[in-house]
Amino acid sequence: MSLAFVVAAGRLVIPIAIQQIIDRGIAGPGGYRPGVVAVLCLIAGGIIVVIAALNRLTYLRLVNTAENTLFALRTRIFEHVHRLSIAHHDESKRGVLVTRVTSDVETLAQFAQWGAISWIVNLTVVAGTLLVLALYSWQLALVVAVVFSPVVPLLRIVQRHQIAAYDHLRTTVGATLSEISESVMGAPVIRTYGMRDRTRDRLHRAIARQYRAQMRAAWFFALMFPVSDVFGAIALGGVIGLGTWQGPHWGLDAGTLVACIFLTNLILQPIGEIGEVLDQTQTAIAGWRKILDLLDEPIDVIEPNPGRGVPAGALAIDLSRVAFAYATGADVLSDVDLTIHAGESVAVVGETGSGKSTLVKLIARLADPTSGTVTVGGIDLREIDTASRVGAIRLVPQDGFLFADTIRANIALGRVGADDAAVDAAVDALGLRAWLDRLPNGLDTEVGERGEQLSVGERQLVALARAQLADPGVLILHEATSAVDPETERTLASALDRLARGRTTISVAHRLSTAEAADRVVVMDAGRIVQLGTHDELVGTDGVYASLYASWIGNTRA
Amino acid sequence: MSSLSPPIESVQRRGARLIARFIRTHPMPTAVSVVGAVAFAAAAVGSTIVVGRLTDELIQPAFRGHVERRSILLGVAAVIAVGIARGVSVVVRRYFAAMLEARMQVTLRTGVVDKYLSVPMAFHQSRPTGELLARAEADVSGTTMLIKPLPFSIGLIALVAFALASLIAVDWTYTLIALTLFPTLTVVNRVYTTRVEGPSARVQRRLGDVSAVAHESFDGALAVKTLGIEARESERFAAASAALREDRLQVARLRASFEPLLDVLPNLGTIALFLVGAWRIGSGESSAGELVQAATLFSILGFPMRVFGFFLEELPRAVVSVERVDEVLVQPDAPGADRTPPATLPDGPLGLELRGVRFGYDPEHTVLHDVSFAIAPGERVALVGATGSGKSTINHLTVGLAAPSSGEVLVGGVPASALAPDDLHAAVALVFQTSFLFAMSLRDNIVLDAESSSGGADERLRDAAHRARVDRFIPQLAEGWDTVVGERGVTLSGGQRQRVALARALMRRPRILLLDDATSAVDPTVEASILDSLRTDDLTLLIVAHRLSTIRLADRVVFVENGAVGAVGTHDELLDLPSYAALVHAYEDLDDDSDPDDATEAAEQAEAAAAEAAEQAAAP
Repeated sequence: MSLAFVVAAGRLVIPIAIQQIIDRGIAGPGGYRPGVVAVLCLIAGGIIVVIAALNRLTYLRLVNTAENTLFALRTRIFEHVHRLSIAHHDESKRGVLVTRVTSDVETLAQFAQWGAISWIVNLTVVAGTLLVLALYSWQLALVVAVVFSPVVPLLRIVQRHQIAAYDHLRTTVGATLSEISESVMGAPVIRTYGMRDRTRDRLHRAIARQYRAQMRAAWFFALMFPVSDVFGAIALGGVIGLGTWQGPHWGLDAGTLVACIFLTNLILQPIGEIGEVLDQTQTAIAGWRKILDLLDEPIDVIEPNPGRGVPAGALAIDLSRVAFAYATGADVLSDVDLTIHAGESVAVVGETGSGKSTLVKLIARLADPTSGTVTVGGIDLREIDTASRVGAIRLVPQDGFLFADTIRANIALGRVGADDAAVDAAVDALGLRAWLDRLPNGLDTEVGERGEQLSVGERQLVALARAQLADPGVLILHEATSAVDPETERTLASALDRLARGRTTISVAHRLSTAEAADRVVVMDAGRIVQLGTHDELVGTDGVYASLYASWIGNTRA
Repeated sequence: MSSLSPPIESVQRRGARLIARFIRTHPMPTAVSVVGAVAFAAAAVGSTIVVGRLTDELIQPAFRGHVERRSILLGVAAVIAVGIARGVSVVVRRYFAAMLEARMQVTLRTGVVDKYLSVPMAFHQSRPTGELLARAEADVSGTTMLIKPLPFSIGLIALVAFALASLIAVDWTYTLIALTLFPTLTVVNRVYTTRVEGPSARVQRRLGDVSAVAHESFDGALAVKTLGIEARESERFAAASAALREDRLQVARLRASFEPLLDVLPNLGTIALFLVGAWRIGSGESSAGELVQAATLFSILGFPMRVFGFFLEELPRAVVSVERVDEVLVQPDAPGADRTPPATLPDGPLGLELRGVRFGYDPEHTVLHDVSFAIAPGERVALVGATGSGKSTINHLTVGLAAPSSGEVLVGGVPASALAPDDLHAAVALVFQTSFLFAMSLRDNIVLDAESSSGGADERLRDAAHRARVDRFIPQLAEGWDTVVGERGVTLSGGQRQRVALARALMRRPRILLLDDATSAVDPTVEASILDSLRTDDLTLLIVAHRLSTIRLADRVVFVENGAVGAVGTHDELLDLPSYAALVHAYEDLDDDSDPDDATEAAEQAEAAAAEAAEQAAAP
């Protein structure tokens, strides 16, 4: 607020000074009085400089506070997103989450930098100007207020049209871009299938549509500023007309009227700015609401404090009457009972959507069951200390996500505080040395964004080394669906074999060979466990597994 | 001589050339908007003259004695008229400046996209899609960014001229103050924008960093959770956010120093004006009205001086952008569109022959060294070779997407280069490794436009749909044949997409069909039945194959090794060749290991990876 007063005062100095100089130093009863003029000018100049200094100070304070608040908000949203359970992290939401910490906070930042200040300053300037004007002549102040009163509503109307026009413009820009993108990505097809003329027509039409939208938006943009300008002229005309006609009867003098003219001009700019800032304010409010909605999303996996630790070594797992459903939707899992012994290897099979992924997510506590309990090493998962759980239960996701860093750094993420020696040990334990030696920079090879410089199989290798570093008692493997080149495939198989030794392993299997090699096979269908047993037992029994097996055989060995 | 840092003059000279180009290309909106800007200058200076005159002739007399009502009304009318004139001039300037900008965008964007359609395919292959899009989008808007402040800046010259003229008419001492003040203002503003440029650009980069960290971190949310590294991620994000805050604050500090200074200077100028003005009035050289006029003028000149600063700021960016746009516009078109007189193809099934073909995307890296082989009309030949051996390039050369640097491609005995492109494309169809579907209905994607007008289109569509086995799944989709695919439409599986692309090719009844690994994601049993349906005598088939089962279906095999033909013969004959046998057995292994749960998806990903690898190998 102090900033607003400082700025408002700064703007008002000049008209008041003019009035004082004209009335006392030039056109006053004593005529031209150089001494008075000099003193008045000095005082005004001094005030202007002091106010500028104050302006700097208050502005900096305001920006400092705003930036610190935004920083805190940004980091808080970020942490909140990571604390939300995996149910919130599906593909479609990811982009939205990123915009929350970037563009939505940015709308607030823009508002804090300009909009908020603009509101306070301009309202204060308008109020202050009207106040000074009223002190000179309440009648003229009334005239100005009346003339300007329709400006803001009028600007809002123009603005609403303008926003709609810009919305439409953005749509056409997007449409043009997708047309261009199609013409570029489909270039070989367009050329070899004789579609050039048709494509050109479509592109030209899209560009023409964008042009029309641009011109419509430009029309409202052009209208925006002159609206307040024309009203300013009317107000000025009113002040001059009434001031000269009735001024002498109201006890005004020439200097005061000239000051009133300057004051009227002064209102013009803030009113125009308020009109412009309305739009930004709406955007900021919308951004703020979206942020609040996100922060209001409840944390559904609550970490125990203090939690219990689990012992080292292979661990037993027990699921008892477990059911799971996403916030909106039917049960994905229901009535699941399963006991896995310490050190056992289990393959989970089933069609897409049968619930096999959800099952292993619950064991890794990426979400909590809606009912029933999961225990690991005899302790309810919800009571296990976070750090202990992360170390003891390790899920290797199928996408093999890597951070844009070196292979070494990515492996080191497997255990907090892991050093180079530990990374080397993990690499050797899984027999990955030969593979790394073939890479240009070995362990220091940069993996690129999302690890995309490496092949799918190689990313899996890094993910396995990470898991080895953690030395977990329970290993959950989400088998990759993607095919891998023969050589990496062999490395992967042997690494998996070594990693699994001495641990309880649960594999979400896509391959026949994996199910065949497991101690037991869990067959899922429509969210339930429908069969459980060794591969040999299940193949011999009429059921889901036998038919899955038949189709595998049919597909691969035909 | 120093080519590293071009002198400032050159940016401004290039800027001037760019402005001249705007004017030349669209003279009408330029002229109208400049007229609007000049009218604005006249109205703005006019309004100060009106206020000054009114002070002397209306306000002061009003307080000394009596003025006629008529002159009051006249004064009010003058104020309002000048105000309206000013408003209208702004509308005209802004609207026509926007028109100039939009039309210039249309001109440049149309030029770029038309060029994309006519340049040789190699141009596309040598640049990432994102870059091509940026040329048509960001660079076009970057170039025209200069236009918005352009008419205003030209009008500014008029404004300064009018203002100086009116000041000189009033009093030379006022002129002197203005001549000291406003150039100072421009200089201070220039210093400000130069100083703030670096930090502002840094703020933009920091914003990008914050976004990148958030993107990566949320993208890898599952990894973050399973590794329990939330704290590390928060630290990373906080570091990026803190860096952003620091740079923002640096910009704010500059703003805090310069903004008040830019505010203060005109105010101090006005005070100086009154100091001098009072003295001039005292000595009878000036009137109160003239002083008011000068003071009003001072209050309206401050902002335009700053707009000129914005204009100078945009200049370097616009110059860089237009050069990037021009780089596209000067590309030579692909040859062939209008060769006279074009050769004609014989009727009936066509043979295909490559004779001593040599090709490289750039002279350093030859992809094909000396490729020669011939396929008889109606024959089925498999093209086999390791990733990056040049199989796709052979296909591209055959359909004219690229021209061999030496040697010849003969279609039906006629050099492909002597054929009209439309004739060539009607006879030879290539189905690509990665099948691009347009954002339109499946029917339109298959029919495209070429055949729809000719008779029997329905019959052809039915036949093509059957042979590509798309009639097995399209009718089952909710929208059937009207299902819209592509970016914003329904997602088909890789195998389904490939079948649609194949139907598209068959729709044209080609006489030579090239399948560039075009059925790799299709279920093996469906693939076999599709290939079976292609077994007709009037169709010559060249198949790039990775599956043993596909290779076995071919009459003969052309084995490509390191950009040359290694051997030609039947599959069984070639098995004696160790390198061929090794490659084929690797395929066999993969066949067996292929994922049974959702085979098409797996194959699709493998195929995409292979395509990528091939691209990288082909276009270094």
